[in-house]
Amino acid sequence: METLHLGCAAGFSGDRTDAAAPVVETLAARGGRSFLLFETLAERTLALAQLARRSNPDAGYEPLLDELLRPVLVRCLVSGIGIVSNFGAANPPGAARRIRALARELGLREPRIAVVHGDDLSGEVHRPLLRSALGSALDGIDVVSANAYLGAEAIAAAIQGGAEIVVCGRVADPSLAVGPALAHFGWRQDDWERLGRATMCGHLLECGAQVTGGYFADPGMKDVPDLHNVGFPIAEMDAEGRCTIGKAERTGGFVTEATLKEQLLYEVHDPAAYLTPDVTADISQAEVRTVGRDCVALEGVRGHARPATLKVNVCYEGGWLAEGEISYAGPGAEARARLAGEVLRKRLPGLDVRVDLIGIVSVFGDDSGRLLERTAAGHASEVRLRVAAKHVDRSSAERLTREVTALYTCGPAGGGGVRTSLRPRLDTLSGFVPREAVPASWEMLS
Amino acid sequence: MKVALHRIAHGRTGDKGDRSNVSLIAYRPELWDVLVAQVTEARVAELFAHRKPTAVKRYLLPKLGAMNFVLDGVLDGGVNGSLNLDTHGKTLAFLLLELPVEIPAALEKYVSHRVDDATTTK
Repeated sequence: METLHLGCAAGFSGDRTDAAAPVVETLAARGGRSFLLFETLAERTLALAQLARRSNPDAGYEPLLDELLRPVLVRCLVSGIGIVSNFGAANPPGAARRIRALARELGLREPRIAVVHGDDLSGEVHRPLLRSALGSALDGIDVVSANAYLGAEAIAAAIQGGAEIVVCGRVADPSLAVGPALAHFGWRQDDWERLGRATMCGHLLECGAQVTGGYFADPGMKDVPDLHNVGFPIAEMDAEGRCTIGKAERTGGFVTEATLKEQLLYEVHDPAAYLTPDVTADISQAEVRTVGRDCVALEGVRGHARPATLKVNVCYEGGWLAEGEISYAGPGAEARARLAGEVLRKRLPGLDVRVDLIGIVSVFGDDSGRLLERTAAGHASEVRLRVAAKHVDRSSAERLTREVTALYTCGPAGGGGVRTSLRPRLDTLSGFVPREAVPASWEMLS
Repeated sequence: MKVALHRIAHGRTGDKGDRSNVSLIAYRPELWDVLVAQVTEARVAELFAHRKPTAVKRYLLPKLGAMNFVLDGVLDGGVNGSLNLDTHGKTLAFLLLELPVEIPAALEKYVSHRVDDATTTK
């Protein structure tokens, strides 16, 4: 069976929109059956998309859809490169219609676009199912989005049904790669070993440049060539699901055993049981092996039966987040910044205020400030104080922004550069539902 | 000699909900045993104590020269709940890389000297 080529052109919503073109050029030059994958959903992206759709029924899909597709749509259609993505977010049919319109604008023939359905559980009709998964945690909350993580089956069926572009909402990230593999190689859906291998291939691809030198550089320890122009990954998969990882031609970055190892373990818990809707993948005996320049093979991946349940994420309204910052510099800067933090805490009873001294302790610590407490006062000469608090009421949260602003005249000497923000928050619940309760389906855009 | 883990290993943090995973990967296979012996669940739990982990679990992947730490309850609720600037906890791999380890004399030649690493004397 002919090798399958899988290129990834986005690893999250907000990724570079100039990444796709070199991937598509490389796929076209290599020939053979190939797909371009865009992974653009994170835990909170879907909730933001649902909010967008509430105010505009035509919105709710990936906001950068046009910028991502416009540079490559012609070449993909001409060269027979399939496109699979979750950029449908909260409105896959809306995204599909937009892609059709984009094709018309570019003077192209109408592409065959499939839409995957079934992940969106935000409607009232699904509330009993969510209640069975989440119990009383669901009481009294304002649900913004509720989605099950679908697997690869509907993607594969759509491709076998002739789709050139498959638009999904929430599917498990690796399923974007498993779908084309299932369709291309015709594996059984309980071929756990091959599905396990294909899943870990998808896992290596799903974060875009994170396997090609992005998110890897550590000057002096891990130097990456031309990081400013880091290329995105391309996998070659054989009929057994085994893969090698390479990258787009004429780009920066690199593919090494070390970059594969870091990405292989990214967001993994038990390496013997990486759970997806498609399979329980097992990398406990995995190995990586260099087979050429910017070409590393992943070996030894196994697979076991898929879980009986699907993961569900619910996002709900979580009140307000207030943040404020102010800078102190020169002699006594750190002491003045610490004093400003104390002033804010005393002025804001009823709010749990997080206090950070940026440049001293600001990210390693936790919200209750234990690390800052045990960090002896020093003599940093430029310190930015940052405070944050959340509250269900907007007006209560807003008190923090007002008090930070008031530091200008009422706080320690020499504070400057106040910035404040007040934003609605989202909270998340996770649970599991029987997979039979969430049937996935697909349809061709008519 | 005593050095920070940063000199002999690299890693990356991932997050799901309130759970963080931190990988730790030896630069050289010769230093794998040092990691296994000295970067224990107990030491990592102590390093992250201010974040009050409810569980710390270590998984070994000897064929990759890597280990994976799974820390529960260390993200103040996770990406949507935390007040941290780094709500994902993405920086935490470099907290682990500050951990000091003792290198036996015979293995000192495998320690990276490419940078003058300020964290080595901690």
